[in-house]
Amino acid sequence: MIISRFLRRGISTSTSPTRRRSWWDHVTPALKDPINAVTDAFLADPCPYKINLGVGAYRDDEGKPVVLQCVREAEGKIGATNFLESTSTAISSKLVEESAKLIYGEDSDVIKERRFAGIPALSGTGACRIFAEFQKRFYPDSTIYFPDPTWSNHRNIWGDAHVPGRTFHYYHPDSKGLNFVALMDDVKNAPDGSFFLLHPCAHNPTGVDPTDEQWQEISSLFKVKNHFPFFDVAYQGFASGDVERDAQAIRIFLEDGHSIGCAQSFAKNLGLYGHRVGCLSILCNDKIQAVAIKSQLKQISNTMYGSPPIHGISLVSKILSNPDIKALWLKEVKVMATRIQRMRATLREALERLRSPLNWQHITNQVGMFCFSGLTRAEVDQLAKEFHIYMTHDGRISMAGVTTKNVDYVARAIHEVTASDRDTKILHNIGAYKVNTDICSTSLGTNKTRARGMNLAL
Amino acid sequence: MEPTRIHSNGDSLFQDITFAPDIPVYATTAAYNKDPCPNKLHLGIGVYRTEEGKCHTLNVVKQVEQTLANDLSADKEYLPITGMPEFNKLSAKLMFGSGSPAIKESRVVTVQCVSGCLSLRVGAEFLAKHYHQHVVYLPEPTYGNHPNLISAAGLTLKTYRYYDPKTLLLDFQGLLEDLGSALTGAIVLFHACGHNPTGVDPTCQQWEQIRQLVRQRGLLPFFDSAYQGLVSGNLDDDAQSIRMFGCDGGECFVAQSYSKNMGLYGERIGSLSIVCKTADVARRVESQLKLIIRPLYSNPPIHGAAIVTAILKDRDLYQKWTNELKAMRDRLVQVRRQLYDSLCNKGTPGDWSHIIKQLGMYSFTGLNKDQVDFLTREYHIYMSSDGRINIGGLSSKAVPYFADAIHDAVISSLPSSTLA
Repeated sequence: MIISRFLRRGISTSTSPTRRRSWWDHVTPALKDPINAVTDAFLADPCPYKINLGVGAYRDDEGKPVVLQCVREAEGKIGATNFLESTSTAISSKLVEESAKLIYGEDSDVIKERRFAGIPALSGTGACRIFAEFQKRFYPDSTIYFPDPTWSNHRNIWGDAHVPGRTFHYYHPDSKGLNFVALMDDVKNAPDGSFFLLHPCAHNPTGVDPTDEQWQEISSLFKVKNHFPFFDVAYQGFASGDVERDAQAIRIFLEDGHSIGCAQSFAKNLGLYGHRVGCLSILCNDKIQAVAIKSQLKQISNTMYGSPPIHGISLVSKILSNPDIKALWLKEVKVMATRIQRMRATLREALERLRSPLNWQHITNQVGMFCFSGLTRAEVDQLAKEFHIYMTHDGRISMAGVTTKNVDYVARAIHEVTASDRDTKILHNIGAYKVNTDICSTSLGTNKTRARGMNLAL
Repeated sequence: MEPTRIHSNGDSLFQDITFAPDIPVYATTAAYNKDPCPNKLHLGIGVYRTEEGKCHTLNVVKQVEQTLANDLSADKEYLPITGMPEFNKLSAKLMFGSGSPAIKESRVVTVQCVSGCLSLRVGAEFLAKHYHQHVVYLPEPTYGNHPNLISAAGLTLKTYRYYDPKTLLLDFQGLLEDLGSALTGAIVLFHACGHNPTGVDPTCQQWEQIRQLVRQRGLLPFFDSAYQGLVSGNLDDDAQSIRMFGCDGGECFVAQSYSKNMGLYGERIGSLSIVCKTADVARRVESQLKLIIRPLYSNPPIHGAAIVTAILKDRDLYQKWTNELKAMRDRLVQVRRQLYDSLCNKGTPGDWSHIIKQLGMYSFTGLNKDQVDFLTREYHIYMSSDGRINIGGLSSKAVPYFADAIHDAVISSLPSSTLA
């Protein structure tokens, strides 16, 4: 072939750019994503009894990843890839319809009146990103309020869409629960018509959720302030084991007449992590507006990837629309959630059996995949170094990584690394000080400053 | 676009949103779907069809999918941000050749992306963030979504001459002139082969001239490779333009798609490769790509990557694939020849040789908008208003009907004096 002979003669050196420097000399190595950095460190560790409590992916009690039976059944039914534009469009529409029913309620008015605009998305990340771009397009000067803390990627998503992020109080480090008063203050003080990102259940990374009553108050205040609530729904079914229960926050907002937006992910609750299936929906005044908004969402998604992979969409669409397979799924998600709840209880009991004087109530108060342990960075590092237990440096534990076989070891390790905190508590008890929750110092010269609720008894 | 106003309580914040304009190719498909005429033809969308006009799932893909479905040991865990490592290695090898010095020297970073489109977008976002020059030259014309993908990253678009509407072939002189006067360091988008929408590709010698000019002017080449194997029937030959740039020691970007050549349209599987000067630069570039990918979609989907990897790494499956690919390509060539012969036999006015000179899935017929509208109105034939047809959507059975339609459209549009 002429082409091969041509290459064999070699490329002309007179135009060879070999002497030219790289265009990318100035590119510095990027900081590792904190969650992936944990996984990398875990993988690099040769210790045979290492434990990964970093990434939020469900594991069974053997510590193995799980492919749900409902997924296998759906795979058996959908057959081989058979791309046909009309089928693909139909499957996508089905996915959106079923996803909307799942989150808004099958009998809700928004479903009956078809007052929602929705498109399939590349899991929760993709849904959030499309919304962020949509928000930028139609409210170019707006900002987004994130709960403090929030999933580490939220800031990157809205940041890359050029929407500045702000925060509102959420987690109370002393109580390891919700800082409800401060949260309401921040909602009240935000300019009218602000955009807020909310986690409707199983808050990531803290596991701390408002009660129904608190959600009602939040919704009422949102109405007064005309704020836009955008829900990142990554754990529906995973928090309580009941998909309807886990949608309560959203149902409360719907009752109050809010027009909300939702990013839904099927990574965790359907175990379809790698298939990247999600849905973005925005509630509208009516069907006509829904069509207009959907056309804008599609335009935005066309500047990225067009549509998510058909295999994943087909799986979710099949599972949600087939009554038998859906019933199987609802059982399986309850099994997953129940195991997590059991591990929470077991870990707490194990720590209490070790007579840790610290308060570990938050382990069972918090909900969903993650526990915000309250461990400090130094303690997290010590866990990794000495005990080969890995978690994100903010002390977030993925409870899915805890099993009946490793829970005692995890408890012992946590007990060990919190020894200095225990000592501090004991010293305080001896000194009979009432401890200020911000600054903690004793007359014995031990100075510690940490924002951790110790609930120290006198 | 004016920002929508803050609404009073109860109204949607997006009350004032208007309908986005229809995307032409989807609007054409929608119109085709609505048409009840049994003879209708859809030559508008870039999807390969069989002789029977059916969508085409490759047999090798069906085989692999069955194997994957039966593999109970496989999980559905997240892939790394940059995708399936084996997929990335094999895709780079497919693109740059197994003997590529750039690969051997670890100078190529390849990341799995969600189709060719997102590969382009990720590359554009990287350039917007890390490259000093934010101007991209696109060939005139180009794939309809290129301007959207690239401008969404904040880059500025210009064009360079590519297609000569008089000859219906390459305007090589115009191309050289425009690239010769392009801003120094500008990014230039090239279609590796099977140019969409024209089917017009430079020859090997012309590619070498282009390469020399690009390197002389310090331009940064960004290839879109969506038809490897479907143009010549040979995967290596269709990658030659890229390999010329990939092995001259310089840097370039390549967006790769498996939508057409593996029929994996719906699985959205592709890759972005960046050839760097040194391995150290490549490592740093990869780390920065992760920061761009994570806020877009966190990590890519497994299914399409699993199919491609299985095919590329297994000798028998690879052979099956190349056989099916060659058969698809041969059908495209045969249909082109048949259409050309039909038009010549009918004596349809004009020179139709461009149909057999153009390559790959598409042909720029040279029909104007009025003629295209005529075809749709009178013959229920749907195609792009710029005259592009998807040869892959035409069966040999439908060629006579299509040739009749073209003939009629051309004759009807001739000035009446010539018909006398």
